[in-house]
Amino acid sequence: MAAELHVELVAADRSVWSGEATLVVARTTSGDIGVMPGHQPLLGVLESGPVTIRTSDGGTVVAAVHGGFISFADNKLSLLAEIAELSDEIDVQRAERAFERAKSDADASAERRADVRLRAVSAH
Amino acid sequence: MGAQLRVYKRRIKSVTATKKITKAMEMIAASRVVKAQRKVRASTPYATELTRAVTAVGTGSNTKHPLTTEAETATRAAVLLLTSDRGLAGAFNSNAIKAAEQLTARLVAEGKEVDTYIVGRRGLAHYNFRERKVSESWAGFTDEPSYADAKNVAVPLIEAIEKETAEGGVDEIHIVYTEFVSMMTQTAVDSRLLPLSLEEVAEESSSKDEILPLYDFEPSAEDVLDALLPRYVESRIYNALLQSAASKHAATRRAMKSATDNAGDLITSLSRLANAARQAEITQEISEIVGGTAALADATAGSDR
Repeated sequence: MAAELHVELVAADRSVWSGEATLVVARTTSGDIGVMPGHQPLLGVLESGPVTIRTSDGGTVVAAVHGGFISFADNKLSLLAEIAELSDEIDVQRAERAFERAKSDADASAERRADVRLRAVSAH
Repeated sequence: MGAQLRVYKRRIKSVTATKKITKAMEMIAASRVVKAQRKVRASTPYATELTRAVTAVGTGSNTKHPLTTEAETATRAAVLLLTSDRGLAGAFNSNAIKAAEQLTARLVAEGKEVDTYIVGRRGLAHYNFRERKVSESWAGFTDEPSYADAKNVAVPLIEAIEKETAEGGVDEIHIVYTEFVSMMTQTAVDSRLLPLSLEEVAEESSSKDEILPLYDFEPSAEDVLDALLPRYVESRIYNALLQSAASKHAATRRAMKSATDNAGDLITSLSRLANAARQAEITQEISEIVGGTAALADATAGSDR
């Protein structure tokens, strides 16, 4: 059996996803970071961006995460985010509309949020 | 129907209508308590993980941060009071307000100036009526607070603590809210949000024997702490808002249950009175008839003679 790590992806008001994984890739403020089982204890600040979780049964879970933290210790990884959505929860049309609207309003943060959502969907 | 009986009948009708309303409110509140409790539970994982992370940074590095270091002489403090928008919840709001006033008095006695921040129309009305200064207030979401609401509340508080005390900033932030202990017990509590005492936080993160690993901070311990602490404050405020909402619904449920019970008792005693009045009326009518016949009989007997 390949080594696994336990992942908890939690948003402020709910637990979004939890399970076993072999690799987690997330975007921190200083660049993308990949965490595999046995990584050294880590605590980092996340940027808004897609998080990719390779589950132990070979599947891939992609989530759009808007700010938050990544912490890893004892083979347990937790991703804390104020807002987190799994890629299959994202309403593509709505995100596209929000993206266009944000572009025309020149609302940079809303544009980035919508962009992250769309990228999370397309990465899936 | 006699006048008195009619009055009783009318009162019974009005009390029955009131009872129906309070019964409905009781049931609505009961269902909302369950919902609010579910939200408290759903927010727990985030809060626990965040507390763990804060403890990890606080104990795992020698970082000094304005939000964790106590000012040597604190001169200004902020008090955040959580009340509800609507009443009909027994002593819920007055207990919270009383706790806030006790805390304020204590802080003033310690020589601190107190800024008051209020959530909920009831608390605001209390302070406005007494013409006390309120730094900022929020309302409209106390029944079902969302994380965005907690963020809105946290923003000015974090700004205030980051500002220099001389320029109107504060040294401490206290929060007063109603803790949801059980369906029957809710207590108004006050606690200090900032500056954070890491020992307390460490105690909170339950598993005391656990040795925290040496973390690798990305990008650096200071930056992580900088980003963590405001989130921690938001999450604490969110939790307090949720508990306060659950407590409010539980208090409403209890108040409405006793109102319904009282209305039931009132209906029973009023129907007894109404029955007595009806009986008295009947008795009177009978005695009038008997008296009338007796008088008639006397009269006819007298004319025979």
